Amino acid sequence: MGASNIIPLFVVIPLAGAFLISLLGKKIKGLADIIGVISGLSLCVLSFYAVRLYNIHGVLTYSVGAWMPPIGIGMIIDGLSAFMLVTVNLVAFCVVVYSLNYMEKYTAKGKFYTLFFLMLSGMNGVIITGDMFNLFVFLEIAAVASYALVAFGTEKHELEAAFKYAVMGTMGSLFVLLGIAFLYGYTSTLNMADMGAVISRKGTGNIVLMVIILFLMGFGLKAALVPFHAWLPDAHPSAPAPISAMLSGVLIKALGVYALCRIFYNVIGVSPLISSILMFMGTLSMVVAGLLAIGQWDYKRLLAYSSISQIGYIILGVGLGTPLGILGGLFHLFNHSIFKSLLFLNSGAVEYTTGTRDLQQMGGLAHKMPVTGATGLIGSMSIAGIPPFSGFWSKLIIIIAAVEAQKFAYAFWAALISILTLAMYVKVLKYAFLGNLAEKWKQIKEVPIFMKLSMSTLAIICMVGGVLLFANINDVFLNRASENLLQGRKYAVMVFKGIRQ
Amino acid sequence: MSREHEKGMSLIVKTITRLTVGLILLYGIYIVSHGHVSPGGGFAGGVIIALSFIHLMLAYGKEVAFKRLSRTVASFFESLGAIMFLVIAILGFTGGYFFLNFIAKGEPFKLFSAGIIPLCNIAICLKVGAGLFGIFVALVLLKLESGEKK
Repeated sequence: MGASNIIPLFVVIPLAGAFLISLLGKKIKGLADIIGVISGLSLCVLSFYAVRLYNIHGVLTYSVGAWMPPIGIGMIIDGLSAFMLVTVNLVAFCVVVYSLNYMEKYTAKGKFYTLFFLMLSGMNGVIITGDMFNLFVFLEIAAVASYALVAFGTEKHELEAAFKYAVMGTMGSLFVLLGIAFLYGYTSTLNMADMGAVISRKGTGNIVLMVIILFLMGFGLKAALVPFHAWLPDAHPSAPAPISAMLSGVLIKALGVYALCRIFYNVIGVSPLISSILMFMGTLSMVVAGLLAIGQWDYKRLLAYSSISQIGYIILGVGLGTPLGILGGLFHLFNHSIFKSLLFLNSGAVEYTTGTRDLQQMGGLAHKMPVTGATGLIGSMSIAGIPPFSGFWSKLIIIIAAVEAQKFAYAFWAALISILTLAMYVKVLKYAFLGNLAEKWKQIKEVPIFMKLSMSTLAIICMVGGVLLFANINDVFLNRASENLLQGRKYAVMVFKGIRQ
Repeated sequence: MSREHEKGMSLIVKTITRLTVGLILLYGIYIVSHGHVSPGGGFAGGVIIALSFIHLMLAYGKEVAFKRLSRTVASFFESLGAIMFLVIAILGFTGGYFFLNFIAKGEPFKLFSAGIIPLCNIAICLKVGAGLFGIFVALVLLKLESGEKK
């Protein structure tokens, strides 16, 4: 029992942080920053501790309110959850540190932190919950907080983007809710492990096929897979830069990819049909968004399209269903969280000093902003898949896995889009950071210390990200996560063994 | 007639509001405090309580309503409700589990029974009531700038 007591803390700490800031933040100056950093840091440390605990004790389960699952709500940390927790909370901590300086230009810093931590608690909740309806509740907490955060600047185009995002996001949530209702009707239980057990006993009827389609639409919309991606290129550029980093970096992965993988692999059970749909949608997102991205002149909009394209890689890797494919997909998920948040923070730094997002107006900024320029270079090279940066290894694994699985066409597209990605980031580097400094930017200064600190941290993780593949680190972190997906519906057996202990 | 009666709707609406608004508030409090033994609870009761203030605002204009419940107070109560709910959940750790019902359950169908559930109802009522009032205020005070820049 003892070790699993940390599980609810992943929801408690951000919630407490959020409401303490909204209660006291206005009265005591600087308190919002202090609470924010403390909560972010403690969550980050706890998530690493959770990985360690999982490797010592195996699956950790928690019964909320002492009601035993499947009747009560269960919270579960297995390899995949621990992996996602590290990803989410690491990025969240860097973003909190970045916001210390960046959010000074907005008036309501306290409100920002409140919404930010609400979103974080929603994401952590989605990751640790073992209950289907609970998953929906946390999904909505995170989604509603993100709608408000997109509109944070309250300018006209921001409100428009937030409204579009809210309408489409709500449609996605409705599909998810309908899917959960059908699944509840079919299995008479809401516990995810129990659902998996019932489905393997009763078989997958037509109703489960319907549920698969609903979930593909619902979670696919949250993950911004083509053709459900239309909200993302508006919403992500409109949000303040730290929030764009959170949305593109982790929100679409925690709510979309993680939930999709968990349900398809561990609850419904992956079939060749699901696998081929996932691979097709992944490749479609990769190609379509990659082609759309390269023509963009708005810095953040280009990054947003590139996010959709990279999500395609992740879904392709996970959809392959082979051990290597899943490993590559999850590794790319981790890497993409790191370098896409880094790139969005970079674009925020450029916007912070120059006040523009138009690539054509920039140029030569690396002379004046060496840290931003250097971290931008590292992030771009990493996402484009240049060795030895982390993005290279994950893309390599995905392509090798596709070749091994005899999916040569998918491997070809993955390699081709990788070149296209390189092209779009060379474009960013050329127009924003390299070349001659324009006359009007002669006076600009490098960004404040905390922004530099957070960008440098992420850049270092990008550089050394490849070490996750070293045998002894891989065994405790990435491999555990992919094993959890690979075991499929044995998840139920594993969870109930954990509960009985 | 005092000056605060100059704004808002007609005399008929104001008179009816004056007579009913207290009853609505009281009914909301009843729904909350009786939530654990009869249908209702924190959410439903909170909505009814918020409606009583919204009713006041509709009939008398926003100044009168803000005198009863200002925006700062509403936002304070909203955060307080959330914190209260969380603290109740965390106090469950004293018995070993998050959200454990750690207070004696009492006799079924009595007012003082069901352990933490009435307390949770009150916390939810604060959160929902203040939150719904806040949303209404935000919608009322929102100024549309459309049409200005064309």
